[in-house]
Amino acid sequence: MTSAATIQKKSIRFRARSFVAFALAPEAPLGEWLRGLDRWTENSPGFFAGRPVVLDLNILKPNPREVAGLVAELAARGIRIYAIEANAIDALGPELPPLLRGAKTAIIDEAQAPSSQTAKAAAPAKLEEPPESSALIIESPIRSGQSVFHPHGDVIVLGSVGSGSEIVAGGSVHVYGTLRGRAFAGATGNGKARIFCQKNEAELLAVDGWYRTADDMEPSSRGRPIQAFLDNGVIWVAALD
Amino acid sequence: MAKVVVVTSGKGGVGKTTSTASLGAALAQAGKKVAVIDFDVGLRNLDLVLGAERRVVFDLINVTQGVAKLSQALIRDKRVDTLFLLPASQTRDKDALTEEGVANVIAELREKFDYVICDSPAGIERGAQLAMRFADEAVIVTNPEVSSVRDADRIIGLLDSRTLRAERGESVNKYILVTRYDAARAARGEMLTIDDVLDILSTPLLGIIPESEGVLRSSNVGSPVTLNEPNNAAARAYFEAARRLQGEDVPMVLPVDRRGLFDRLFGRRAA
Ligand SMILES: Nc1ncnc2c1ncn2[C@@H]1O[C@H](COP(=O)(O)OP(=O)(O)OP(=O)(O)O)[C@@H](O)[C@H]1O
Ligand SMILES: [Mg+2]
Repeated sequence: MTSAATIQKKSIRFRARSFVAFALAPEAPLGEWLRGLDRWTENSPGFFAGRPVVLDLNILKPNPREVAGLVAELAARGIRIYAIEANAIDALGPELPPLLRGAKTAIIDEAQAPSSQTAKAAAPAKLEEPPESSALIIESPIRSGQSVFHPHGDVIVLGSVGSGSEIVAGGSVHVYGTLRGRAFAGATGNGKARIFCQKNEAELLAVDGWYRTADDMEPSSRGRPIQAFLDNGVIWVAALD
Repeated sequence: MAKVVVVTSGKGGVGKTTSTASLGAALAQAGKKVAVIDFDVGLRNLDLVLGAERRVVFDLINVTQGVAKLSQALIRDKRVDTLFLLPASQTRDKDALTEEGVANVIAELREKFDYVICDSPAGIERGAQLAMRFADEAVIVTNPEVSSVRDADRIIGLLDSRTLRAERGESVNKYILVTRYDAARAARGEMLTIDDVLDILSTPLLGIIPESEGVLRSSNVGSPVTLNEPNNAAARAYFEAARRLQGEDVPMVLPVDRRGLFDRLFGRRAA
């Protein structure tokens, strides 16, 4: 491991709520929360686009009349709410997304391999017990602009991952080609997940919401096989050769 | 039955129209019956590069809307009589192009030609997606430079998901055509190498077209370089690319900087 100082990157929003099973849980004061969200989406433009997002209101506990305004605020940021969790609210207007009841864990199911991109653009949020974790194996390269989202296990890519593409895995990310895009491991709250790649040209490496951008990586870790893991809130990038 | 080939890139200005005209002409010069279609509605160029701009009466949109018959809109090249152009409309709204209309035109062209080559507009929006929609093969044009290569990668993703073939579970045959390759700049390490490009795109190479003033001279007189200056290095590279497109195995040589070699052999003359 390199001895040079490691820059600690912390993103409260990402870590605390917005990433967990893609349930967004706003907190008071709302203005500040929204600004935090903006900072996160600025770093990851289009992250929520086309993804089912559940709005968890059990922390904010807003007045039912305020919910529409909040949904609109999120819509203005390109975040479409598919369902709302709020134990204290009995009913919402028909123009609002449906209420979820008795959900312990909300799993948002939208595995999106490159070949099936068009098919499931707007899969609705599903409620179910977490299924057995399973690896998603992708044999073709991931092209710029493509997004692979697999919240239930590892993602294994046999080819390369293009600049401007991203992989979001509940488990670890393994890339047997060159990783030029962004990889998010442990995205549903697993700090033990890791990222492995044959050649590191990544734009961003993240584990459980902690991340490092290409700028923050040791130049010596570029262009070679590496693994990235989380230790004490710090992403370490270590050579494998 | 024709092969339908889309010439596409994502990024603008990399040489799609030049390559459509030159590959189309090279195939026609080899005796194939070729139709080139300009999909760049509102920014048509292919007619200029082929020197046919003063003979345009009807265009692609007229044909898709049933205003004109395909045979009325196709313009036969004056130099190679197996080369035909279906021009784009310069004035119509690009939304006038419908998928169904394009499907009908392509189906009709398939019956009559050996190659149908579609010159895609830049970008990844509707126009570019319509141009690639019915393709059997794709020539992805890129310059040896990062932004163009990244856009090419993006386009390959669309070719693998948005084409009719992809939706049927088949695949579009894809080839990379590197254009505007400058041997002198490559030697100085100022461009991506061909190996870098192929490594990033992991797609086979159709050809390497050198940067050449002959290409500019030819388009200014309304002619593909393969017709206007057939011995030019870019023309030769297009001829070879056209042979590879027909399935021939033609060895690939990296364009070298002849002047540089000459200088090295004979010493530089004082300027
Ligand atoms: N090999 C070459 N050597 C020198 N100039 C070239 C070469 N190839 C293309 N050009 C020039 O580059 C410019 C852009 O080429 P062209 O119009 O073919 O690109 P395009 O990809 O079709 O652009 P657009 O995206 O706007 O449709 C033209 O001026 C053309 O003459
Ligand atoms: Mg063009």
